[in-house]
Amino acid sequence: MKPMLIIKNLVVSVDKKTIIKDLNLTINPGEIHAIMGPNGSGKSTLANVLARNQDYVIESGTIEFNGEDIITTAPEICARNGLFMSFQYPVAIAGVTNIQFIKTAVNAVRKHQNLATYDAIEFLQLIKEKMAVLNMDQDFLYRPINEGFSGGEKKRNEILQMILLEPKLAILDETDSGLDIDALKDVANGVNTLRDPAKAILMITHYQRLLDYITPDFVHVMSDGKLIYSGDKTLPAELEAKGYAWLKGRAEQ
Amino acid sequence: MNKNSEINSFIEQKYTAGFSTDIESDSAPAGLNEDIIKFISQKKNEPEFMLEWRLKAYRHWLTLKEPTWANVKYPKINYENIVYYSAPKKKTLTSLDEVDPEILKTYAKLGIPLREQEWLAGVAVDAVFDSVSVATTFKDKLAKAGVIFCAISEAIQKYPDLIKQYLGRVVPYTDNYFACLNAAVFTDGSFCYIPAGVKCPMELSTYFRINAVATGQFERTLIIAEAGSYVSYLEGCSAPMRDENQLHAAVVELIALDNAQIKYSTVQNWYPGDKDGKGGIYNFVTKRGHCRGKNSKISWTQIETGSAITWKYPSVVLFGDNSVGEFYSVALTNNHQQADTGTKMIHIGKNTSSTVIAKGIAAGSSQNTFRGLIDVSSLAVKARNFTQCDSLLLGDKCGAHTFPTIKAKNPQANIEHEATTSKIGDDQLFYCRQRGISEEDSISLIVNGFCKQVFRELPMEFAVEAQKLLEVNLEGSVG
Repeated sequence: MKPMLIIKNLVVSVDKKTIIKDLNLTINPGEIHAIMGPNGSGKSTLANVLARNQDYVIESGTIEFNGEDIITTAPEICARNGLFMSFQYPVAIAGVTNIQFIKTAVNAVRKHQNLATYDAIEFLQLIKEKMAVLNMDQDFLYRPINEGFSGGEKKRNEILQMILLEPKLAILDETDSGLDIDALKDVANGVNTLRDPAKAILMITHYQRLLDYITPDFVHVMSDGKLIYSGDKTLPAELEAKGYAWLKGRAEQ
Repeated sequence: MNKNSEINSFIEQKYTAGFSTDIESDSAPAGLNEDIIKFISQKKNEPEFMLEWRLKAYRHWLTLKEPTWANVKYPKINYENIVYYSAPKKKTLTSLDEVDPEILKTYAKLGIPLREQEWLAGVAVDAVFDSVSVATTFKDKLAKAGVIFCAISEAIQKYPDLIKQYLGRVVPYTDNYFACLNAAVFTDGSFCYIPAGVKCPMELSTYFRINAVATGQFERTLIIAEAGSYVSYLEGCSAPMRDENQLHAAVVELIALDNAQIKYSTVQNWYPGDKDGKGGIYNFVTKRGHCRGKNSKISWTQIETGSAITWKYPSVVLFGDNSVGEFYSVALTNNHQQADTGTKMIHIGKNTSSTVIAKGIAAGSSQNTFRGLIDVSSLAVKARNFTQCDSLLLGDKCGAHTFPTIKAKNPQANIEHEATTSKIGDDQLFYCRQRGISEEDSISLIVNGFCKQVFRELPMEFAVEAQKLLEVNLEGSVG
């Protein structure tokens, strides 16, 4: 089995400040990984680099997605090849309806993958089905994307896009932050529909609570730009009890 | 890659309508004097009163100075180098078959196949090629409804009473420098008359095109909507690529009587000059409507993407009680284009209301100015205005400017003004691209979203065209 993602000796800077320092990670198809860690440890930077946000400069190291080096690949090409990021802060675009935006995206991806594109009626049916899974009101179809959405609405909408785009690798950047318990369950439901032996998920989170609903295979702790410890699904509970400090101490030894 | 250079390379545009057609012109010598004006009037077989009016306008023009208040810079125009009359040789046509095939081809290149429009779209087209109307269609259907839609030169001969009653009554020749010049030398344009109680059975459309070398275009359009009538008028234009600047000074006059409605939509795509700012059309236009009757309504919708210089303020004077004026505008400037455009809403009648939605998009090294006047007279009890004026900047070498003026002489007037300026954010672009949408399509999506409030005011076919036009004007080589 070929790994989905291989990160080797990655060093990344933003505004000339080094944020990620020598990071290594391999994710295989079918796996769910979680990265936890304190604020400022570089978790969101990692998500953005993987999605090819060009504000982040790769100083050295390699990233292979599906066997291809993506260090110089444009974000839209990565996306079309099946890499999705759920944004921590999704941006609003005035005058562009949610359905228009998502249909444009889905058809761009499908066209690239040589799949038939959806016409308006097919797509409307499809998106309505998926919205039901997430308990989303149909008003969302015709509202400008993310404009005036609450925190929970934005995150539901991110997961809606994920489900429709059917990525191979989904990166969830702090998807649980700002969610009440109902929204959290809906979002987790949505993510769990993506579980598939051919797909992988990378979750970035502060807290254990999302992991209560989406059980990870591997949990990594990130601190000061490195993964300092890896464990299994029992690690979050231990972290919750002991905090990050005990791991930091261990890493320095 | 550097973000700005990426955006800059992206917004470099190519003008796709740049070509010229070879047709023998029957032209007047360059320059302007009373003999030229007599020549034009004679060529047009005009009645004596028109010649007198033109000469009065010309004599008044000689006393005027070219205005300098607009936020545009251009080399001095030499009015003696301009050819004021130029016409394709073949005239009197009874069907499209008689139209010069070259002209038909030109329209086809622009994506305006006349025949197909005639058959499919149900739009009557009064096509202006250079200075003479060469094709007018759907006359019969309009005639049955009692609607007159013809070249203004034809109207001057056939309906002198209407012309005497209305021409120059909304925009008098004393109005401004360019309107005065237009009154003296205008060679063509459209005339529409909608009789009382008639809803015009189709959208009326004119495509303008500037073609002969160094020929100024001086169009004059007059639309009269009698009591209880309705008309929607579409104006679209495009010009071939030329090196020298071409002056265009058009005048449009609209008159709406009691309960009448006029909807006037423009898509303007004249040659804007090359990316160094060379060439391009100078577009000095005076457009104004009178809501003379009670409950009358005039709407201007404009999509302005072309011209090197745009100087244009479609306005409404609200005389009638409860009358309504609207202005919806998208002005896109790129490279070295300069646009100074906006509107005037003059409230005179009681309970009059006006809406102004202006969207300016500036890219490249262009300058995009909105200039607005809301003037509420002391008589305009309970007048209302809402103005929203938004600017979108692409890149960091362009400028957006807003000059709103509000004069309220009635204490019961209610005037609201909102204005925003924003840049297409890197975060918005990244969000779209992360979803698999190309950079080019992302910009187009964001720009179209920004313009949506205006696009939805356009008739359906025009909205599609306008969207395409913005895409073409923003397209370029993505690095």
